[in-house]
Amino acid sequence: MFEIFGIPSTALFGQLLIGLINGSFYALLSLGLAVIFGMLNIINFTHGAQYMLGAFAAFLLLQYSGLGYWWALLVAPIAVGITGMVIERTLLQWLYKLDHLYGLLLTFGLALIIEGLARNYYGSAGLPYQMPEELIGGYDLGFMRLPIYRAWVIAASLVVCLGTWFVIERTKLGSYLRAATENPTLVRAFGIDVPRMITLTYGFGVGLAAFAGVMAAPIYNVSPQMGSELIIVVFAVVVIGGMGSIMGAIVTGFGLGVIEGLTKVFFPEASNTVIFVIMAIVLLVRPAGLFGRRA
Amino acid sequence: MKSLLSCTAISIVLAASSAQAQQTTVKIGVMSDMSSLYSDIAGPGSTAAAKLAIADFIKNNPNVKVDLVSADHQNKADVGTGIVNKWYDTENVDLVIDVPNSGVALAVSQIASTKNKVFIVSGAAASDLTGPKCNANTIHWTYDTWMLANGTGKALVKTGGDTWFFLTADYAFGHALERDTAAAVEANGGKVLGKVRHPLNTNDFSSFLLQAQTSKAKIIGLANAGGDTINSIKSGAEFGIAKGGQKFAGLLVFASDVNALGLATAQGLTLTETWYWDMNDANRAWTKRWQGERPGKFPTMVQAGVYSGITHYLKAVVALKSAADGKAVIAQMKKTPTDDPLFGKGTIRADGRKVHDAYLLEVKSPAESKYPGDFYKVKATIPAAEAFRPLKDGGCSLVSG
Amino acid sequence: MERVDPARAATALPATNGRGWSEPVAFLLMVAALVVVPFYVYPLFLMQALCFALFACAFNLLIGYGGLLSFGHALYFGWASYLAAHAAKVWGFPPELAILTGTLTAAGLGLIAGSLAIRRQGIYFAMITLALAQMMYFIALQAKFTGGEDGIQAVPRGTLFGLVNLNDPMNMYVTVLVIFLAGFLLIHRIIHSPFGEVLKAIRENEPRAISLGYKTERYKLVAFLLSAALAGVAGSTKAIVLQIASLTDVNWPMSGEVVLMALVGGLGTVFGPVVGAFIIIAMQTYLAEVGQWVTVIQGVIFVLCVLAFRRGIVGELAHFLRIRL
Repeated sequence: MFEIFGIPSTALFGQLLIGLINGSFYALLSLGLAVIFGMLNIINFTHGAQYMLGAFAAFLLLQYSGLGYWWALLVAPIAVGITGMVIERTLLQWLYKLDHLYGLLLTFGLALIIEGLARNYYGSAGLPYQMPEELIGGYDLGFMRLPIYRAWVIAASLVVCLGTWFVIERTKLGSYLRAATENPTLVRAFGIDVPRMITLTYGFGVGLAAFAGVMAAPIYNVSPQMGSELIIVVFAVVVIGGMGSIMGAIVTGFGLGVIEGLTKVFFPEASNTVIFVIMAIVLLVRPAGLFGRRA
Repeated sequence: MKSLLSCTAISIVLAASSAQAQQTTVKIGVMSDMSSLYSDIAGPGSTAAAKLAIADFIKNNPNVKVDLVSADHQNKADVGTGIVNKWYDTENVDLVIDVPNSGVALAVSQIASTKNKVFIVSGAAASDLTGPKCNANTIHWTYDTWMLANGTGKALVKTGGDTWFFLTADYAFGHALERDTAAAVEANGGKVLGKVRHPLNTNDFSSFLLQAQTSKAKIIGLANAGGDTINSIKSGAEFGIAKGGQKFAGLLVFASDVNALGLATAQGLTLTETWYWDMNDANRAWTKRWQGERPGKFPTMVQAGVYSGITHYLKAVVALKSAADGKAVIAQMKKTPTDDPLFGKGTIRADGRKVHDAYLLEVKSPAESKYPGDFYKVKATIPAAEAFRPLKDGGCSLVSG
Repeated sequence: MERVDPARAATALPATNGRGWSEPVAFLLMVAALVVVPFYVYPLFLMQALCFALFACAFNLLIGYGGLLSFGHALYFGWASYLAAHAAKVWGFPPELAILTGTLTAAGLGLIAGSLAIRRQGIYFAMITLALAQMMYFIALQAKFTGGEDGIQAVPRGTLFGLVNLNDPMNMYVTVLVIFLAGFLLIHRIIHSPFGEVLKAIRENEPRAISLGYKTERYKLVAFLLSAALAGVAGSTKAIVLQIASLTDVNWPMSGEVVLMALVGGLGTVFGPVVGAFIIIAMQTYLAEVGQWVTVIQGVIFVLCVLAFRRGIVGELAHFLRIRL
């Protein structure tokens, strides 16, 4: 055991690992946002509320149909994704020709509505959600105890993130999506149903948020404000990574989680602000973000 | 002629009797957080408790007319002060009660003093309300930070939890709670092994808990509230805090937080409250009535405090026959000992502090809990004389000598 | 599409340089209404609404005429509020100096934030302003003098210029009204000045403005500075009126609220933000009894405004009557 800047190395590695875990949540959430912005040019402020809906859906599934965590991982993203698609069809599609600003404001309003309704019906203290049996317990790594659940979080996010990246960047479907955003008219001329693709993409992005919500339910407080507390940080992550870049969102998410974790060790009171400081610096130096394509 | 005489006679009698049974009118305003962080701790449940208090009182005192209004301060100081000013100035509200959120409560206390109205704090915790910021128009009813710190701190040290590590929310309330509890722990022979300050509204406590684990303190004091406390405990369960032999002390925990955690996660948590719905039959009966308005929920001590406070206030108003002079009503309330079905007998001190017994509670395990709402077992009773800060230590200008 | 162009949405008229009769008439109506109304409506509520109206007008200067959406305007409002409160309470400044202190604070912060944010446009500009506001929020949370969660309370109202006792509601009201009208007229003057015209040109087509030789960065910075300073006036006045400065004033929901006020009233109209502010404050105060629904209602208004009502109330009215407001 040796010391780095006065912190024992075991604690430091432990914090790094924890930072990676937080990073997985950031990565999952910013992935959804990046997909939506990259593909649709919509800044989805509702993302935090949709994350919350995922966690709530998990709770409701357990409460009313006895379906546990594993089912929730499948059902909740689909259910919330469908509501996302409905929102897109009924509300968002009218805004594509307008400035980004209006999409931001509309989704901000939607977030207020969803959060307000959740709070009115469920109160603000939070709802209980227990960890699934199979994931309780931990591994003793010597320098810290790693709960199984957290290991599962890292693994699952990596799989989902890399899977999404692969689909978008390396498959035919993904190439259609990317082409459709660059030049919808031309793509339509090829007979591809562009509006439907857009709807499905939005639904997918929302589903990603809900998936993160279900993953969060056993370890974070399931409350109506859980999304709004996180959303601004996630925006910062996406902006740093580059608004349209999928890989950027993933790498930045994990990276910022680690940086935040380190800040918690050396300078805990600032762990809230460090991400914003980084964001301001990155925007000044590299406005398109670290991996961004558009200026 | 006869009929005219009898009419006149009857009307004279009626006039005389109505002059005797003169109505005292009072208007009460419940200002709470109806829509955000504290809506479960206080919120609409406080309004429900107020309604019960008024209904019960009017039953025995038919010549009192009580109006009730309620409003949401949304945890914002300017919204709160705006509403209270409007109430006191234009709507003839005599009493404002509840107000969770110490910042708002301090502001309202000032306004009540300037306008000579009455303010009873049930929801807020700041012990300054009966300390340096005390005034003759405010009564602090249910609990405060000193009581919480000393109740939990002292009791835990005496039962063997003599080494502490603090997880503190990095703002004024958190610091105050940590400072008061550390003082109580050390005054009773315990030791504070360390502390870490986390930003308000932190989601993930893993790194802070790691530090707590490394310290090997027997008790991890949570000098935070609401979502932060819940997240601390949830993370703690994951990281095997309990298995490592450490225990959490919740310095500000309510039944609604325990509900949100679920007993499996919260079991073993120690906390102090001044009222618990399942402690005796009177409380249980009242809770049933309260649940008529708030089905599926359980009342907290804050809401019980609203009931108790209004009851005592109305008694004072009836004794004085008017609610107009705030200072006079408060003086009357301090003169009379309190007695109500929920808090039993108690008194209000010169500094505006209501004193009553406090209880050290421990969260039951799921196996021990027999029905919904069966959260706590009572570990100890802290008598009123010890539960609250001694009168002379507060620094309140109303306390002579 | 990087720049916001709401003014085009607001009035379908060709840009007439002449003032026309509509604006002065509307102004006179507004002044008349504000003079009469304190006798019917609770003055404290009106004063609060006037402070926020000035705040919304300052914000609108930036977005409606400069095309720059600042998502962190609460920074200037809130910190001005804190400094004014501190000056009045702890340093014992009379109210006019306290307000001046707050305004200067906001201007200073605006200069720093503006010079950082101006370098980027569109959504990135908005994000930088949000990030800076969040940073200052956390600093406010931890700084000793702000009183943290409690805020600065019992701010004395004092005596204006040593003559007028501001504890009297009517005196306070007149003072606030004068401050508001002064700010409002200043903004109007800025909009209709050569500076304002260049600003509008930059909003419509920045490359063309640059090619005409204008140093656009400088213009944008000045606009930002003015907007921040006026927001500071609003914040300082609010601290004196309500006698409190708290964290709510620097938090990001406050930034969101001012956007809502401008949006509801009408982005890019002169009177829009005033109307918007009054509506939103009225909603908060008078709907407090059913407080649970305020958030939801605000959300619904946002959605409706964006979908169907983009010009805002005043904008729609102006469009309908074919006048400029």
